[in-house]
Amino acid sequence: MNRQATPTAAAPWTGRRRHAPEWLAPALFLAPALALLAVFLLYPLIESLRLSLVEWNGLGKGRVDVGLDNWSALLRDAQFWRALGNNLLLALMSVLVQLPIALALALLLDKAGRGSRTLKILYFLPLLFSSVALGVIFKNIFDPHFGPINTALNAIGATALAQDWLGDRRFALLTVTAVVCWQNIPFYMILFLAALASFPPELREAARLDGASDATIFWKIKLPHLQGTVRTAAMLAVIGSLRYFDLIYVMTGGGPEGASELMATYMYRTVFSSFQLGYGSTVASAMFLVVALIAAFGMRLTKRFETRV
Amino acid sequence: MRGAGTTRSKPWTRGIVWTLALGWLALTLLPLAFVVFTSLKSQQDSFDKPVWALPSHLDWSHYASVLQGGFFTYLRNSAFVVGTSVVLIVLIAALAAYALVRLKFRFDKALFGLIVAAMIVPLHITLVPIYLLTRDLGLYDTPFALIGPYVATSLPVSVFILTEFMRQIPRELQEAAQLDGCGPWTIFLRIFLPLSGPGIATVAIYNGMHLWNEFIFANVLTSSPGNRTLPLALWDYQGEFSSNLPAMLAVVTLTSLPLIVVYAFGQERIVKAMMAGSLKG
Repeated sequence: MNRQATPTAAAPWTGRRRHAPEWLAPALFLAPALALLAVFLLYPLIESLRLSLVEWNGLGKGRVDVGLDNWSALLRDAQFWRALGNNLLLALMSVLVQLPIALALALLLDKAGRGSRTLKILYFLPLLFSSVALGVIFKNIFDPHFGPINTALNAIGATALAQDWLGDRRFALLTVTAVVCWQNIPFYMILFLAALASFPPELREAARLDGASDATIFWKIKLPHLQGTVRTAAMLAVIGSLRYFDLIYVMTGGGPEGASELMATYMYRTVFSSFQLGYGSTVASAMFLVVALIAAFGMRLTKRFETRV
Repeated sequence: MRGAGTTRSKPWTRGIVWTLALGWLALTLLPLAFVVFTSLKSQQDSFDKPVWALPSHLDWSHYASVLQGGFFTYLRNSAFVVGTSVVLIVLIAALAAYALVRLKFRFDKALFGLIVAAMIVPLHITLVPIYLLTRDLGLYDTPFALIGPYVATSLPVSVFILTEFMRQIPRELQEAAQLDGCGPWTIFLRIFLPLSGPGIATVAIYNGMHLWNEFIFANVLTSSPGNRTLPLALWDYQGEFSSNLPAMLAVVTLTSLPLIVVYAFGQERIVKAMMAGSLKG
């Protein structure tokens, strides 16, 4: 390395490579990442929007330009709206069920002291399983004839409560939502635990000396401290719910009769079972628009909250 | 922290706390116990006796038949695809993060914002074009087909995590090296890469876990058992074992075992990595 410790050498990168333009180094460092993102994210995004304007089965030359026909069909497609509705219901349930339970568990662990380490390790387990594995597991657990749930209900004489959990239109969506919650609660619990760990103990001590009860400390001190994390978690839960796929695809495939259909499962079936690549791309593009809109809205909302706090 | 919390609570409060904690533990463990339990039953037992009955004897035959089948091919494919992807992700994301954090150039903030915003894109919109691209390139139904999408879709969150880590490396180190005449490459290789160790471990674990269980790309871009990854092993076995529940659950156990073993050894790190990866919102 030729040492050039002259005063001019302090200017960025002129010391060694006198002739290299200044943008060259950043460009080279970023090139692999940008190239990959361009090929596997940006190009597919644009290509999907283009495919949303054609009718095509994916093979040969039968690709027909249909303009906005797919989009107007989408607007009239009850199945798509039902899927969107299911997505929104899943999002709502995620926020209203997952987050409170996750928060409660985090508070429990935070309070439980010594035993909580083992509990935390065991609570984490669902996050280690692939969605296919969980799908297979819960399909069997909710099996109407051999599954442990109905077997147990029948054994204690509660036969009336035994249901065809995944095969009945009234229960399919609720059942899969319960499993989604089971899978994801540990994740949010970990998130809240991290936030609680950063809670300054002096604050609690001070409040106690002032005679504050556990409940007051929770509502007046801890919850405000967790506010940012709760918002982050809510945002993650909503966006995650809008693009949810794996578990539901494995457990019900969106059925029965579309009762548990989501935008992603609908898109997947349209493309890879019915081979309507054009219309499937329209569904995918609509899904992207919904997620982008809600994310942008959510970010504005959280920003506004932040400036107010 | 513990002192005030536990000594002052009334006994019945602690009782409620522990009941709830153990209740959730049961909800977590019972489904998993059902899997391991049933996988060790003979097919006859699983038909004749209620699900909670103990196996009349431990029947390992399902595990044996799964292991003698194509299981190790799936395992090898998973190890290859995930291993290669994680190495590439770490390297490419580290290069990009370094440029975004420490090389000044026009639009660096805008570019960072754009890369991070890509975390929101639902992967499903990329599925059809990537499927067509893979087919046209002749990569369809090879393990190689998965590496490009895996690396690219993991980059946004990885770049985000690594920039957070690299921001904490003191500027003085870089300035001193610059005065010694080191160029950006030397500084990256000698200073930033070694000092980003914890960040790199976080990125590797977070993506490794995600990709190990990845399903949708693997399902769309490969089709024959010889080229598929572990999550698809279950998918492929489903037909074969549709009437043999213990065998099916033996496959579930075997495909889930690698991550559980890794978790047993490094749970502290894994939990931390999951946290770092999620704090992006």
